[in-house]
Amino acid sequence: MEITWQTIAFAAFAVMTLGGGLMVVLSRNLWHSALFLMLSLFGTSGLFVLLVAPFLAAVQVLVYIGAIAILVLFAIMLTRRMMGLEETQNTQWPAAAAVALVLFLILFVTVSPLVDEQWFKDILGGDKKDGLGQRISTLNADLPVDPDAKDSGVVANEDLNIVTVEAIGEALVTRDGFVLPFELASILLTAALIGAIVVAREDEA
Amino acid sequence: MVPLWFYLVVSAALFAIGAYGALARRNAIAIVMSVELMLNAANINLVAFWRYLNPFEINGQIFAAFVFIVAAAEAAVGLALIIAIYRSRQTVIVEDVNMLKW
Amino acid sequence: MYYVSELLKDAGLSDGLANTLGIYISVILLATVFLLLPIFTIWVERKVAARFQNRVGPNRVGPFGLLQSIPDVVKLLGKELIFPRNVDRIPYMVSPVLMVMSVVMTVAVAPLGPNIIGTDLSIGALYFVAISSLATIGVVMAGWGSNNKYALLGAFRTVAQLISYEIPLVFTLLIPVMLAGTMSMQKIVDFQGDNYWVFFYAPAAFFIFVLSNLGEVGRSPFDLIEAESELVAGFMIEYSGMAFAMFYLAEFLHAFLIGVFAATLFMGGWQGPFVQDVPALGILYLTAKAFFIYFLTMWVRLTLPRFRIDQMMAFNWKFLVPVSIVHLLITGFFWKVLPEPDVTGNFIERLWYGAPRMLVMFVVSALLLGYSLRMLRNAILRVREETTAKLREAYPTAHPTTAPAGD
Repeated sequence: MEITWQTIAFAAFAVMTLGGGLMVVLSRNLWHSALFLMLSLFGTSGLFVLLVAPFLAAVQVLVYIGAIAILVLFAIMLTRRMMGLEETQNTQWPAAAAVALVLFLILFVTVSPLVDEQWFKDILGGDKKDGLGQRISTLNADLPVDPDAKDSGVVANEDLNIVTVEAIGEALVTRDGFVLPFELASILLTAALIGAIVVAREDEA
Repeated sequence: MVPLWFYLVVSAALFAIGAYGALARRNAIAIVMSVELMLNAANINLVAFWRYLNPFEINGQIFAAFVFIVAAAEAAVGLALIIAIYRSRQTVIVEDVNMLKW
Repeated sequence: MYYVSELLKDAGLSDGLANTLGIYISVILLATVFLLLPIFTIWVERKVAARFQNRVGPNRVGPFGLLQSIPDVVKLLGKELIFPRNVDRIPYMVSPVLMVMSVVMTVAVAPLGPNIIGTDLSIGALYFVAISSLATIGVVMAGWGSNNKYALLGAFRTVAQLISYEIPLVFTLLIPVMLAGTMSMQKIVDFQGDNYWVFFYAPAAFFIFVLSNLGEVGRSPFDLIEAESELVAGFMIEYSGMAFAMFYLAEFLHAFLIGVFAATLFMGGWQGPFVQDVPALGILYLTAKAFFIYFLTMWVRLTLPRFRIDQMMAFNWKFLVPVSIVHLLITGFFWKVLPEPDVTGNFIERLWYGAPRMLVMFVVSALLLGYSLRMLRNAILRVREETTAKLREAYPTAHPTTAPAGD
C-alpha cells in the first residue's frame, strides 16, 4: 500500500474519530465529553467523504453534530448540577474495560487479514471443520484485502459518479426501493418528537 | 486506496470504546453519548461495506441514513427521559435511579 | 477552481499541473478575498447606517472614509487577549476560529461565474446548511467556556434561536433545489438561466430565506444573542482583541454571504447579459445582486427594534415554519401540475413560453405570503389588545381608557 493523500487523510480522520471517542468515555468533565463527541462525529464524517458518500457526510454534520450533539449539550446544561461529579466511572469499570477489550480483539481478528496467516489458524484450530478460525476465514474470503491489486473488485472513485444524491432520493420514494421504511421512519420521528415533548414537559399543575 | 479492513478496524475500535463508555460511565447523558458512538461505528461499517463490496447498489447508504433517523429519535427521547428523571429525582446517575430494583 | 485551471492551461501548463495549481490558487484567492471583504462591507454598513440615522459616517481616513476599517483592525490587533479566571481555555480559544471557519467554508460552494466556483459539489445546498450549523457549536463553546452567566445565557438563547431558524431556512432552501432538481449550486444557477429566476416562481420563499438567515446570523431584529441592553454582549462578553475581532469578522462575512447565497439560489446568481462570453462578468453581477440583498438586510436591521425572545420564537414557530412548509407543498404541487414549457427555443422564446407558469406560481406564492402576513398582523393586534386590557385592569390610572390603545 503506497502512501497517498487518501491514506494520510484516512489516518487523520481515524485518529480524530478514535481519539475523540476515547476522550468522550474517559473525560472527567461531561462538557468536554460532549465537545469530543462532536470531534469524533466530525472525523466519521470525514471517513464518509473518503468513502465517496458525500450525502451521508453532510447529513452526519447536519444531523449528528448540528442537532444530536447540540441536544446532548443542552441536556448537560439543563442538568449541570451533576457536572461536578468526582467519580465519573462506576465500580464495574475494570470489567467494562475487559469486555470492551475482548470485543475489540474479536472484531479485530475477524476483520483483519491476520486470520489468513498460518500461525494464527494454528492457534485457533482452523483445521477443524467447525473451528472458529475456519468460520472467520470464510467470512474474510469475501473481502478485498488489498484494493491496489488489479483484480480486487473495488470500483474506482471516478467510476462511482452514477451513485448520486438523486439515486438516494429515488431509492427512498420508489416502490421497489424504500418507500415503506421511509414512511415508517417519518412516523417514528413524529412519535419521537411528540414523546420527547410530553416526557420532558413540566407539569402544568 | 486504503484497504477495507482499515475501516473495519476503526469501526470495531469505536464500537469497543462506545461499549466501554456505556458500561462504565455513571452519568446517563454520558451513556447516551456512548450509544451514539456505537451507532456511528455501525454506520462506518455499513458505508465501508457498501463502498467496497457493492457500490452500485444504493442500499448501503440508505441503511446508514436510517441509522441517522433512529439515532435522532433515540437521542431526543432518551434525553427527554433523562431530563424528566432529573426533574423528579434530582439526579442523572444511573445507579441512583433504582426504585424498581429490589 | 475550474476557471483558474483553464487560465493556467491557456498559459501553457500541463493538465495535471494546471489542475493542482488551480486548486491551491483558487483556495487562497477565495479565502483571502472573502476574509478581506468585511473591511469593505463594514465601511458600507457604517455609511448606510449613518445615512439612515441622518449622520455622515466615517469620513476622515482615506477618501469617503474608505480606509476607516484598517486603523480599527490595527487597534484590535494591538489589544491584549484577556483570559478571565477559570475559563475553559481550549473551547474558549477554539470558538472564534470555529465561527470564522463555519462561515468561510461555505464560500467553497458559492458559484461566482460560469465556471468560477470553489468546487461544484453535488450536495452543494446541503453542504451550505451543514457547515452553517457548525456556528452553533462555536457560540455554545464561547458561552460555556467564558465562565460568565451572561455569556451562558447568551449561549442558551443562541442554541434555541439558531436551531429554530434553521428549519424555515432548510424548507425554503428546498424550493430552488426542488425546482432545479439538483443540490449542486452551479446547476441551480444554470436552471435559472434557462428559466426564470426562482424568485419569480416563489417570492415568499425568498423573503423567508433571507429572514431566517438573518435569524441565523443573529443580527437585529434577531440579535437576541448579543442583546446589549440585557446580556451586555451575550456569548462574546469576555472576548477582547483579535478573538473578538474574529467574531466580528464572522458576523459581517456571514451577513454578506446571506446576500451571496440568496442571490445564487433565488436571483439567478451570476446570470446576466454576455456572461457566457466573459465569465468574469459573473462576479460583477453576483456582487451587485448580493449587495442589493445585503442592503435589504441592513434596511431591516436599521429600521426595526429588537424582538423579545418569546416574540422571536413565536415568530419562527408560529409563522415562518408553517408558512414555509405550506409554501413548499404548494410550490411543488403547481410545479408538477402546470404544463412544462418547451425550453428548446432561444432566450426570448423560452421566457415567453415559460411566462404563464411563472405568473401563476408568482401570484400563488405572493397571495400565500400576503394572506399569512395578514393573519400575523391580526394575531399581533389581538395580543396587543389583550395586553392593553390587562394593563388597564391592573393600573387604571396609568392606562386611562381614553388613551389610544397600543404600546
